[in-house]
Amino acid sequence: MNKDLNIKVNHLTRVEGHGDIVVDMKQGILKKAQLEIVEAPRFFEAFLKDRNFHEAALITSRICGICSLGHQITSLKATEDALGLEVSEQTVLLRKLLIDGATFQSNILHALFLVTPDLLNVSSVFPLVKSHKDVVLAALRLKALANEIGDLISGRAIHPIRCIPGGFSKLPEVAELELLKHKLNTQGRDDLKFIVDVLSTLLGNMPDFTRETEYISLYQPSEYGLYDGTIKSSDAGEYPVSDYLSVTNEYIVSHSTAKHAKNKRSSYMVGALARFNNSYDLLSPGAKALAEKFSLSAPNYNPYMNTIAQVVEVVHCIDEAVDIIDTLLDRGIKDEEANQAPTRYGTGIGATEVPRGILFHEYTYNRKGIIEKANCIIPTGQNLANIDDDMKKLVPEIIKESKEEITHKLEMLVRAYDPCISCSVHMLNVKFEN
Amino acid sequence: MSKPRIAIFDFTSCEGCELNKLNFENELLDILELVDIVEWREAMDDKAEEYDIAFVEGSISTPSCVERIHKIRRKAKILVALGSCAVFGGINHLKNMRPTDAVREDVYGDQKYLFPTIPVMPLKAVVKVDYEVRGCPMSSQEFLHLLKSLVLGRKPEIPDYAVCVECKLAENECVLDKGMFCLGPITRAGCGAICPSNSFYCTGCRGLISNPNQEGALDMLKEYGFSKNEALKRMELFCSSEVLIK
Repeated sequence: MNKDLNIKVNHLTRVEGHGDIVVDMKQGILKKAQLEIVEAPRFFEAFLKDRNFHEAALITSRICGICSLGHQITSLKATEDALGLEVSEQTVLLRKLLIDGATFQSNILHALFLVTPDLLNVSSVFPLVKSHKDVVLAALRLKALANEIGDLISGRAIHPIRCIPGGFSKLPEVAELELLKHKLNTQGRDDLKFIVDVLSTLLGNMPDFTRETEYISLYQPSEYGLYDGTIKSSDAGEYPVSDYLSVTNEYIVSHSTAKHAKNKRSSYMVGALARFNNSYDLLSPGAKALAEKFSLSAPNYNPYMNTIAQVVEVVHCIDEAVDIIDTLLDRGIKDEEANQAPTRYGTGIGATEVPRGILFHEYTYNRKGIIEKANCIIPTGQNLANIDDDMKKLVPEIIKESKEEITHKLEMLVRAYDPCISCSVHMLNVKFEN
Repeated sequence: MSKPRIAIFDFTSCEGCELNKLNFENELLDILELVDIVEWREAMDDKAEEYDIAFVEGSISTPSCVERIHKIRRKAKILVALGSCAVFGGINHLKNMRPTDAVREDVYGDQKYLFPTIPVMPLKAVVKVDYEVRGCPMSSQEFLHLLKSLVLGRKPEIPDYAVCVECKLAENECVLDKGMFCLGPITRAGCGAICPSNSFYCTGCRGLISNPNQEGALDMLKEYGFSKNEALKRMELFCSSEVLIK
């Protein structure tokens, strides 16, 4: 078919950060189909240089409001690796609890506030306040509960306060943990069940599109890897975290202020669907049951289903959070100081799964505890090439549909990845002058 | 009387202040009774031709930002700068501490001219700002107070005294006495001294009070063991646009 098609979506709505969708087809030949990242560069690596180790996590947290906890934890792990700071088991448990809370919060925000409007054919969640008030209330309660985890354990859900190198500046009280556990088990599970029932009726509106790609995520053989592990590729198996640069292979493209990445193929995917595909076996039984209810089985190659994988993860996160609180209550909260006595000064790497995918921070410290080099590789940046490749396959497949329909499906495609565009542009070239 | 129309925008920022608004889980529906949200790219597709109140997060850092903020100012009766980046530059302003070309070279190497950038500016350097909500992230309670005041046509009460006042009211043990650094004595209150209340130090994220004794603060910090250079460097983290001492 000799179709001409020109699509330009300026500043896509219902995503974090600024990106444009551009499609250019002439005489049936697809010349361009890409996501142009127009977000202003942030220059965070310039901010990290010459900063002391107490400040690194506070700075990187400001890369992104939604993923601030993830940036902090990853940053702290990199600092602790570089300075030889061991952390206690209690610290690890509290951090895992925080990650569960952050994943729960972010996935709910994305699935219910940013994507569900598309499934219900409305322009935002606000009209739903009139037509589906119960759903909106349940979604708001779930989000509030998820944020309570962050507020309780880290002092503030956005740009956390208590997470410091070597541990925590302040610890939770037993009564607070008991109340949180109770809320998760009652109101949390009830609201989630209600939301899930509603979402199941909307699954038919999810576009049916398949493109197999490489899926990369953090991996642990003993648990659904979010806090620690190796890098796992669905194509190539496991790599140690120290190999992260050769797995990500970032490169500059002219249509994006954020770099692209590739490994075994021209692109790869990170995030909930990648984690689901690589670590399905390690999900909680409740999460697996939900996946079955949604007819989501591993591996799944439909990027639109990333949103559904996120909802499945919410169940897992609530289950794991309750388990962790149980362990903490069993053992009692030990009043321990954060370990802030460096035993070495060198280079350290932290890798964690944040809601949108695998995040890497690497720092080099000098003898005074000052950062000389810093590098971060952001999950959304790693997804950008995959999004472009998806678009290039999708457009010809749906070319017979109207321009409005095609545009809408492309918007939904980008949204499905839950991109965090501000994050992806903060750090670009990682050249350092010595 | 129709409800005030509000619109929400973001510039060079982390969107944490906006997210803070979506975090009004319990109050959101009440807020929606008071106002109509007519444009908010992060959460809605709708666009509007004019609005009563525009809430803007983020700093100005590219030529297209300048154009965009002028457009918003023209369409809005009232403009509120949300968060430290918008109010006084915040952490973004650190970019201005080194020559622009050097920073661009660092980040993009020889591709530096591909991506335009200008020295970071707070909104008030480009357009008239009517009200401010400081903080990194902005303080939610202060935002709610401001919103209610605007809707009711009352003057909002925004503190201009130091965080130490709130810290003392909260009966916190002074973190300086615990060996930590702290900018409480010259930072603007309004956050409830949340960081010292969490046994962390005040980083100055809300910016300085309008008459800070910067030399006095440095002298005091020296007594607690922080050299002038170190203290200045830490002060500059959020407040680089307001620090007067070199």
